[in-house]
This record gives sequence, C-alpha cells and structure tokens, in this order.
Amino acid sequence: MAATAQITGAPGQVNLSVSTIRVVGALVLLGIWQGLALSGFFFRDVVPPLQKIAHGLVALFGNGAFYSNLAVTGGELALALVIGGLAGLLVGLLLGGSELMSDAYESWLSYLGPTPKIILFPVMIMLFGVGSGSKVAMGAVSCFFPIAISVASGMRGVDPTLRRVGRSLQANAWQMFLKIELPAMTAPLVNGFRLGFGVAMIGVLLAETKLSNQGIGFMIINAYARFDMPQMYALLIVTIAFAAFVNAFAERMVRRFGARTI
Amino acid sequence: MGTRSPYLAPVISLGTIVGALAVMQGLITAEIVSPYVVPLPTDILASFERVVVEEGIAGRFAVTVGETLAAGLLIVLVGIPIGLLLYRFARLRTAFEPWLATIAAAPLVLAYPLFLVLFGRSSLTIIVIGFAAGVAPAALPQIFVGLRLGLIFCLINVVGVEFLINLGGLGQLINDLAERYDLPGTYAAICFVVLASILFFAVLGRGEKWLQRRR
Repeated sequence: MAATAQITGAPGQVNLSVSTIRVVGALVLLGIWQGLALSGFFFRDVVPPLQKIAHGLVALFGNGAFYSNLAVTGGELALALVIGGLAGLLVGLLLGGSELMSDAYESWLSYLGPTPKIILFPVMIMLFGVGSGSKVAMGAVSCFFPIAISVASGMRGVDPTLRRVGRSLQANAWQMFLKIELPAMTAPLVNGFRLGFGVAMIGVLLAETKLSNQGIGFMIINAYARFDMPQMYALLIVTIAFAAFVNAFAERMVRRFGARTI
Repeated sequence: MGTRSPYLAPVISLGTIVGALAVMQGLITAEIVSPYVVPLPTDILASFERVVVEEGIAGRFAVTVGETLAAGLLIVLVGIPIGLLLYRFARLRTAFEPWLATIAAAPLVLAYPLFLVLFGRSSLTIIVIGFAAGVAPAALPQIFVGLRLGLIFCLINVVGVEFLINLGGLGQLINDLAERYDLPGTYAAICFVVLASILFFAVLGRGEKWLQRRR
C-alpha cells in the first residue's frame, strides 16, 4: 500500500517511510497548536490546549442535546440528498442522453453549479419557512448541481458498444438503463453523490447557523454566542471529520469502480 | 441524419428562460403564487436600476472583488509554493497529497464562527476564510486546475461569509435587502451575484486555458 510503502531516496539520504513522514507532520502540527495555546498570545480558550479540546469532545459525546440535534441535521441532510439527488439524476440522464438538451442547458449547470448557494437562503425561507424545510431546500439545491453534472457526463461516457449489445439483445429502454447504462456509469454517479454530499452538508449546516433553533449548525453558532470554545472546537472537529470520512469512503468506492476523482 | 441548426440549442435555452419567466408572471398575477413570497419578474427587472443606483452596488462589488483578490493573492503565495514542493519531492507528495485532497473537500467554511473569534467581525475574517477554503485545492500538484478550483472556492466563501456575518460587499447586500423584506431587490441582488460569479468563473476558465497553452 502507498500509505506504508518505504520509498527509497538518493544514496546518503535518510529514508523515511510515508507513514513516518505523516506521523512527523501530524506531531509537528499538533506541537505548533499546543505551543500557540500555551504561549499566552491568545485570549482565554480562543486557541485551547489539546487536552481541553479532548475534554470538550468527551463532554460533547456525553451530552444528550448533541444526539437530538444530530438527528435533526441528519434527517435534513438525508432528505436533501434524496430530493436533490433524484432531481440531479433525472436532469443528468436527460442532458446526458440528448445532445440537443446538453447543448441547450448544460452550460447553465456548469456556471450555476459553483455559485454560492447560501445567498438563496432568504428565498428558501420565504418559500419553505424558517423551520427544517428551508434547510432541506438549501441542501437539495446545493447537491443537485454536482450530481446532475456527474450523471450527464457519466451518461455520455457509456461505451457505445455496450448500447449496441443491448439493442442487439432487444433490450427495452428501461432494461437498457437498468442493465447497461446504470452499471456503466456507477463511478461518475458515486462521484457525483460524493461531491453532492459535501455541498449539501455545507448548505444545511450554514443555513442552521444563520437561522435555526435546532441542529448541529445551531449548536455551533450557539457555542460561539456563549463563547464555549471547547464545545465549538469539538463540534467542528466532529463535523469536519465526519465529512472527511464520508468523502474518503466515497472516493475509495469511485476508485473501485474505475474512475479518477479530482 | 440531417445536421441540426447551430441556433436551435441557444433558441431552446433562451426560450426556456423567457417561457419560465412568463409562466411565473402569469401565476403571480393570478395570485396562484403569492406575490408576497415570489415577486413579479417584471418587478425584479425594474428593481435592478434601483439596486444599482441606491444600494451602491458598484462599491459593494469592489469590496467583494477586493476581498477575493486579497484572499486569492494569499492563496497564490502560499498554495503554489506548497504545490511546487509536492511536485518536486515525490515522497512528500505521497505523504501529504491525500491530506490536501481531504482538506480541500472539507467543509471549512463551517468554522466561520471560529474565525470570527480569532479575527473579529471584519474584512480580515472574510479574507482569511476565503484563503483557508482555497489554499488546499491550489496546493494540489495539478497546479492550473488546482489554482482555478482554489479561486472558485475562495469567491464562493467570500460571498457566503459576507452574507452570513452581514458584513462587506455583495453578500451583505442580499442579507440587508432580505431583512428589509425588499423582495424584488433581494431577487435582483441574487441575480447580480450569480451573474458576477459566472463572469468570474468564465475569466478563470479562460485564464487557465491561457496558462495551459503557455506551459
């Protein structure tokens, strides 16, 4: 495995394995953090020492409110992924399956995709209210674009030979999609959901920090308002680590299905 | 197979926008869609001039561009040398490229309250968040693609944080108008930000192609 491989350098150089370099890198970063925390340069708890952050993490996992807020955010995120994912899948299939549709509409997706979605939050509040609806809508709109773009590109990338085989076996449109096109574009589909998950999570959580009384985003902004820095760090670490874990898992899946991720 | 007219796709594209706006105008006029939730497209169009003249959109645009450029400059100054270092030393690349990719995909903008504590409610916070969001992709060894992605992330986060902390340029304008319940103005300002973003991405795309050609 690349992670543990011993990489040989030029003669006379110290040979460090990749794992050793990573451990050293992590220790240096943690050391810098601890040094800053203990330096007295920062106001109390703005850069808390590592043991205080660890204590904050333990306290967070022992806090019942964390789990109820996690359930709210998790529900909003799941619903956003279902709605935005299905819409993205449908639009991606339409655009990827027709050259005319692609020429007419796909540039919209590429340009609108990266625009900052959080600015749509006032519109979502007007349309869906101040409760969970507007957060779900934010997540759905955010994940729609990367999923639609990936699916359209995946649909176009299906090997024409596979389609010819399907036609020669007299597969109908549904069988063609289910047995040939869908398996052939698994990698871009998973990649689209990987990207979509990341932006949906940002959309939901940012909306919760802006206007909400529940959810992990609310907990983060509430910790800020109370200047409870260890809890804020703990929440940020858990949230970012969870996003990184899902991203790494999905990336591994994408590679397994034979595509590169950017 | 006959060849398709090159104008067909643009006509469909434009026709869809005009058609959707006309349908929306009809639905709102007939009060099937409440005008207190979605303003008339003609009202949005009419409010463009008001937003530009009365809300000082040129100055706000300059603030957002300035913050993005400042963060972008930091991204170039820090990200490119890291990218070159990783490009030059294979074992460093093997060790840290996955870390960079993970950081690039991480929702760092969620830490904006932390940056507020560190730097206060100021332009510096917005610039630092723009930098933090863009530096990891820009440091990836695929320098041109990484730099473009980094600058896109930077703009998204600058505008987003302006909106969230109600400070700065275009993002704050949307927040201001929404808080005043100026619906046509809010929609017009959102359209303006979307157009400005599209222009920025188009310029970056051109820039990346130009750099690739000169390589």
